[in-house]
Amino acid sequence: MALTGVLRPGHAQVRVLDLNEAVRFYRDVLGLVETGRDAQGRVYFKCWDERDHNSYVIRESDRAGLDFFGFRVLDTATLDKLESDLQAYGLATERIPAGEMLATGERVRFTLPSGHVMELYAEKDKVGNGIPLVNPAPWSKARDNGIAPIRLDHALLYGPNVAQVHKIFTEVLGFYLVERVLTPDGNANAAIWLSCGQKVHDIAFAEYPEPGKLHHCSFLMESWDQVLRAGDIMSMNQVAVDIGPTRHGVTRGCTIYAWDPSGNRFETFFGGHLPYPDYETMTWTFDNFGQGLDYPQRKLHETFLTVVS
Amino acid sequence: MPHTVSIEDTGERYACSSEESLLTAMARMGKRGIPVGCRGGGCGVCKVEVLAGDFETRVMSRDHVSDDDRAHGRLLACRVYPASDLSLKVIGKLHKNVCGSAAGR
Ligand code: FES
Ligand SMILES: [Fe+2]
Repeated sequence: MALTGVLRPGHAQVRVLDLNEAVRFYRDVLGLVETGRDAQGRVYFKCWDERDHNSYVIRESDRAGLDFFGFRVLDTATLDKLESDLQAYGLATERIPAGEMLATGERVRFTLPSGHVMELYAEKDKVGNGIPLVNPAPWSKARDNGIAPIRLDHALLYGPNVAQVHKIFTEVLGFYLVERVLTPDGNANAAIWLSCGQKVHDIAFAEYPEPGKLHHCSFLMESWDQVLRAGDIMSMNQVAVDIGPTRHGVTRGCTIYAWDPSGNRFETFFGGHLPYPDYETMTWTFDNFGQGLDYPQRKLHETFLTVVS
Repeated sequence: MPHTVSIEDTGERYACSSEESLLTAMARMGKRGIPVGCRGGGCGVCKVEVLAGDFETRVMSRDHVSDDDRAHGRLLACRVYPASDLSLKVIGKLHKNVCGSAAGR
């Protein structure tokens, strides 16, 4: 099997200011499927085409932002191995018991030098996508509820020490660097896009003075047409839109950035090129960051650099 | 009945009903003055100090509004709904930046 180690982004836990308002937004407007609630009051969602029990979890809090972001790894042997590799690298790890999150096995948790809490896990219950595994239809009615992305695709996180984070992902977790934007002096990376498979990115980071900040969680759409439809649904529901619909130069993905009712940015994303681990990294100079962000408009929207939760 | 909002820093005035936040009304009218970000009380860029007037608020992030802020009318404009004519000054800004201050220049 070619894809081993870390398989994919598996879950994000995000803080919201008003739980009921957030549930209405994520369920009825974004069109995620609610799959459970736990004793802590957290609400669990998945995208309609995802097979695991949950991928996006919200928790009511007095501040917005990201609690943690988790990756699914191949199996428990891989989980043990990656945990000891992280420790050998000098990072402290913690085991969160199975069941602390609904339908989810033991998690290995660690904090990056950027201040973000990351998790690895090997088990989450498969609840399916509502389509049989034998003679499956290409989609179900769930595809028509709201924006209805097909999966949690990636996250972009803002914090300090991106160079150290880069080393942890490439030297310990088996990711490779797909694209990067240089700092204005050209001596370091201002932002990095990392992949653990053949997606154009599974996680990205940008250098920022404040630790642990969320720029956006991204949801995958099936087509550019579905991204435009997402924009229509955002306007019908007076969702606060940041940028787009447009196309990124970085990744070549089509995009809309918008905010949930608590000010957590999210993205509806489609496309992107397909890298392999042996491909050379693509580099953007800082003065071309505008095209990297918004290729048609060639504009470095100020909110992209400054607005986070 | 729309109320009149005055941004003291710029002398900008615009109409805002009690159903609309100070920030959305400003942006919808194509006015400037208060930085516009998430519009959900989460990012903090739209912080203002209300100098005069009555208003209601909706929940906003404690990362950006302390009890002391609240007591002194230092609030996030996207979560403030006017109940009378109102005047304010802008105290938030789009100041933090990718790569620290270097990228912003
Ligand atoms: S615009 Fe983000 S808190 Fe008001
Ligand atoms: Fe993205």
